[in-house]
Amino acid sequence: MDLVSFVWVVPALPLLGVLVLLLGGRRVGEPWAGVVATLMMFGAFGAALATYVGLMGEDERHREVVFHLFTWVPVGSLHVDAALLADPLSVTMILFVTGVGALIHLYSIGYMHGDPGFHRFFLYLNLFAFSMLVLVLGDNLLLTFLGWEGVGACSYWLISFWFTEEANAVAGKKAFVTNRIGDWGFMVAMFFTFGALGTLSYSGADGILSNAGGLATTTATAIAVLLFVGAIGKSAQLPLYVWLPDAMAGPTPVSALIHAATMVTSGVYLMTRVNPIIAQASDWVPDLIAWTGAATALFAATIAISQRDIKKVLAYSTVSQLGYMFLAVGSGAYIAAIFHMVTHAFFKALLFLGAGSVIHGMHHEQDMRYMGALRKVMPITFGTFIVGWLAIAGVPPFAGFWSKDEILLYAWNNSPALWAVGIVTALLTAFYMSRQVFMVFYGEARWGAERRLDTARDEDAQVAEDTVTETSRVDAAQLADEHHGRQPHESPWTMLVPLVVLAGAAVVGGGMQLPFTDGTKLLEHWLHPVVEAGEAHLDVTTGIKVALAALATVAALAGIVLGALVYVRGRIKPVEPEILLRAWRVDEAIAAAVDGPGRAAATFAADVVDAKGIDGAVNGVGVLVREAGTRLRAVQTGYVRSYALAIAAGAVLLLGWFIVRSGL
Amino acid sequence: MTEHVVAGPDFPLLTAMVVLPALGALLVAVVPRNRLQSARLVGVIMSAAVGALSVWTMVAFDRHDDGMQFVSRHSWISDLGISWHLGIDGISLFLVVLTGLLFPLALLGVKPKHDEKSYTAWLLLLEAGCMGVFLSLDLFLFFVAFEIVLVPMYFLIGGWGYGDRVYAALKFFLFTMLGSAFMLVSILALVWLHRSAGGDLTFDLTTIAESQTVATDTARWLFAGFAVAFAVKVPIFPLHTWLPDAHTQAPTAGSVILAGVMLKLGTYGFLRFGMYLFPEAATWFAPTLVTLGVIGVLYGAVVAAMQKNIKRLVAYSSVAHLGFIVLGTFAFTPEAMSGGVLQMVNHGISTGALFFLLGMIYERRHTYEIAELNGLQKPAPIFAAVFTVVMMSSIGLPGLNGFVGEYLILIGSFATRQWWAVVAAAGVIVAAVYLLWAYQRVFHGTPDEANASTPEMSWREGLVMAPLLAAIVFLGVYPKPVLERIEPAVDRLIAHVEAHSDFHLPEPAATGGAAVPDSEGHE
Repeated sequence: MDLVSFVWVVPALPLLGVLVLLLGGRRVGEPWAGVVATLMMFGAFGAALATYVGLMGEDERHREVVFHLFTWVPVGSLHVDAALLADPLSVTMILFVTGVGALIHLYSIGYMHGDPGFHRFFLYLNLFAFSMLVLVLGDNLLLTFLGWEGVGACSYWLISFWFTEEANAVAGKKAFVTNRIGDWGFMVAMFFTFGALGTLSYSGADGILSNAGGLATTTATAIAVLLFVGAIGKSAQLPLYVWLPDAMAGPTPVSALIHAATMVTSGVYLMTRVNPIIAQASDWVPDLIAWTGAATALFAATIAISQRDIKKVLAYSTVSQLGYMFLAVGSGAYIAAIFHMVTHAFFKALLFLGAGSVIHGMHHEQDMRYMGALRKVMPITFGTFIVGWLAIAGVPPFAGFWSKDEILLYAWNNSPALWAVGIVTALLTAFYMSRQVFMVFYGEARWGAERRLDTARDEDAQVAEDTVTETSRVDAAQLADEHHGRQPHESPWTMLVPLVVLAGAAVVGGGMQLPFTDGTKLLEHWLHPVVEAGEAHLDVTTGIKVALAALATVAALAGIVLGALVYVRGRIKPVEPEILLRAWRVDEAIAAAVDGPGRAAATFAADVVDAKGIDGAVNGVGVLVREAGTRLRAVQTGYVRSYALAIAAGAVLLLGWFIVRSGL
Repeated sequence: MTEHVVAGPDFPLLTAMVVLPALGALLVAVVPRNRLQSARLVGVIMSAAVGALSVWTMVAFDRHDDGMQFVSRHSWISDLGISWHLGIDGISLFLVVLTGLLFPLALLGVKPKHDEKSYTAWLLLLEAGCMGVFLSLDLFLFFVAFEIVLVPMYFLIGGWGYGDRVYAALKFFLFTMLGSAFMLVSILALVWLHRSAGGDLTFDLTTIAESQTVATDTARWLFAGFAVAFAVKVPIFPLHTWLPDAHTQAPTAGSVILAGVMLKLGTYGFLRFGMYLFPEAATWFAPTLVTLGVIGVLYGAVVAAMQKNIKRLVAYSSVAHLGFIVLGTFAFTPEAMSGGVLQMVNHGISTGALFFLLGMIYERRHTYEIAELNGLQKPAPIFAAVFTVVMMSSIGLPGLNGFVGEYLILIGSFATRQWWAVVAAAGVIVAAVYLLWAYQRVFHGTPDEANASTPEMSWREGLVMAPLLAAIVFLGVYPKPVLERIEPAVDRLIAHVEAHSDFHLPEPAATGGAAVPDSEGHE
């Protein structure tokens, strides 16, 4: 119990870091800004561990501790507290957010070395961590929304971190605005919730979760769908995923922390948190969620096959993996969703940081066509990347296998069609990740001076060049070049330690939820009280379970073998159609719509309706009055006086009319 | 009838807040032309003194009292029943504090290009007028103050403004004047009708409002008269086109005060006069007004996005923000109405701060054209950071002040105006579009030669922004002390509306285990 009350320390430390970096200003330069921020995160991880231990000591039914800070918004019947909720779900979230977050902070000290914005970077990073922790710890929808928009703002600042490059600024804005479309849903969902239940708090006998069962089906449906709209925006699902690939413009640690491991999973967290409301909604709501997730998973996986930018592959992969999580949520597999969220945080953070290490070692080259054979030059990066690859591909016994298998099991339980989409996606995942590994670490070394010449010749290169890269880091990059020359090199220890730790987690992470006996399902027992209302009942025989697991393994291996045949052996010609490279042209279509009809409509409103219509009418009346005035009284000099007189006369007439009208 | 009521401390706080700036204006006017420094000094001291008084009022304010406090009442023109009647309650309290603090900042923060003496005098007179509007409880006194405000602003725009200032000043003056004429008619008719119904000849707001003697359909006409005046001032779509011109051409201090204080004269007028005097008419007009408010939210935002002049852009953003306030005001729920009052203050802080910042940009770059500005974050990172915080406050980022007000308005109006609230909530999306796009064009990118050496924020400028930034964060994190002072007065007003109209506040949803079983009979 006492240890649980440490929960407030978890968000407080990153906030302290923000204040120190804010007040210290640029005087806290490199490396101290990074050291302060990183220490805060490790401290927060320690506090999260303490909270976890404390909560474990409680009886299963009492693992819901509310830590009240102060009253935030009290008006009328609306009463919103700044209160933190420590329960199995939020504690699971803070453990991996602070754990992975601390490692990525450490990594950033090395990655951001020499950047003129070093101090600013860690300020944002700590602010992000604070917002994310508020998001998952908040005891009501409004506090979650505070964190929700807070992480969105930090994401905006970090995507456009190298702001002198126009493309980065555009990407940051796009992320914020697209997220806001989702946030509209979140806001309206809160209105419905408050209207129906009179509160926004999660916990307690008065809370929305205990009382969700009393909601009318239509109300619950509205709330669930609107919250899902919010989740689609934040977690980059169809059709609001378009911001996430562009978000790769931010520094790679940001991509790892925000755009892979933590922020983008907020939508999954939210859906899990409100699972009693989804359970109360119409049956088509879970179907909508599951099919949106499945469709997104498959759609994004097809795009990942043709990407050339090392980070773009991972970006679309993230969209795809998030799709799996929503497939799980819609199938009532909340525990599997959280399980995959955690293992994905391990292996995808690992892959992104590995990619960052490659980019760093390659002097900011991101095009995989100019990589190759890096396994000899960057052995540790290579070794850990291999672990991440096997984990995401779903090869047993790596972490990703267990969590993906569990999702596919529940998908089968829900509908074989969903399972089929999931297994095809699994095969594609193994294939595109193998492609990446082989292009980057195997084959011939394609890096060197000829890259520039190549670019000039390559007609297709334009497409790749359009995509956002980290090219604006000229200062740091040039500095680095002068020291090291063009030869790729292995990264410093601050970057390698997080890689090794995350690789370890990606190997053993599955251990938190193994399907063998009831006793090995640790996560399930831990989360059970939170998801009791919404968790689906599994109606599958052991034989089918084993068969599904075997098929999943076959799919993973098939994807890897296929990848090897194409990209190592060259037995099969690569199929990378331009339509996939251009991501099915969805983004281009949206951009065309916004820039074309959208801009035209807004311009019409501003330049025609407002300037010519409404204001034109005003000026027209003005001219009329002036004309009349000059004719009636040629002696008038100032306009003001004549207008004022006209107005006064009108007033007197009106007053007279009133008096007469009300019958004296 | 009590001739002289003074509540609270013996010192006539409210009277002092109206008289001091007017006195200051006189003092400045008699300062010899060769002692310009002292004109400025008098202005700063006087407005700072008023600011201190307003803070004192806030501290001494009794938050459990839902009525008028620090009331000051003296017979003035007794033959006509006109009195010097001032009072303050939760609705006006923070608007008075906002006024009290923005004026010294405007005087300190911006130095006029020429004729500092008249400039200072006009600003002080403007402050007296604004205070008069927020504090007066006598219709005549209110009307005088409401009109006085026009004159200094007319001369400030016309005398110290930019390019097209004469056209803008004239347009501003005529628009508001026209609206006021309707209000004057309504006031005179109301006083006359009140008397002919057997009451005293009086301009006293409380007396007339509490007696409710006017017939329903007449009251609607009279409300309409007030509504036109207030709607122009707010401004409510489609009466808004004077605002972009006035803002664009006004000097920085003029824009700050115009956005920060003067736009609230309209929304405040609706609460204090329109709704209080004509509760039934207010509910009758509510559907029209909230619809226009919501149109303003979206229309203002879309038009703002397409502006090429950044001052114009912020002016249109005000149309959008004030649309929210109109929605909250006429939703008649404690949440929405309190949120509306809070948002008046928030908008004053955020948009006031934005206009300060735009003025600083102009001093550096001598342009408001977005196309001529770029990459400013590189040479002026601190300036950019301050701008970012203010922008996020205007966008409504939770944790900053703008969000609390907007959110309360929306969640509160959802109870009585469900679909209006749902549509208005979409305004927060567009708000992000126009401001972030503007920020991107002005601050992001690589600065060209003209922008590359833009000076960083100076200490003096930082000191002006500091209290505004502090308020932005404080009101976002801990709005409770403000809300609990606003709400009693709002509740009282709603009760007044309920007592004199068909409107009834919807029952709040039951919380806890007592959740009402739904009508559809779930299993």
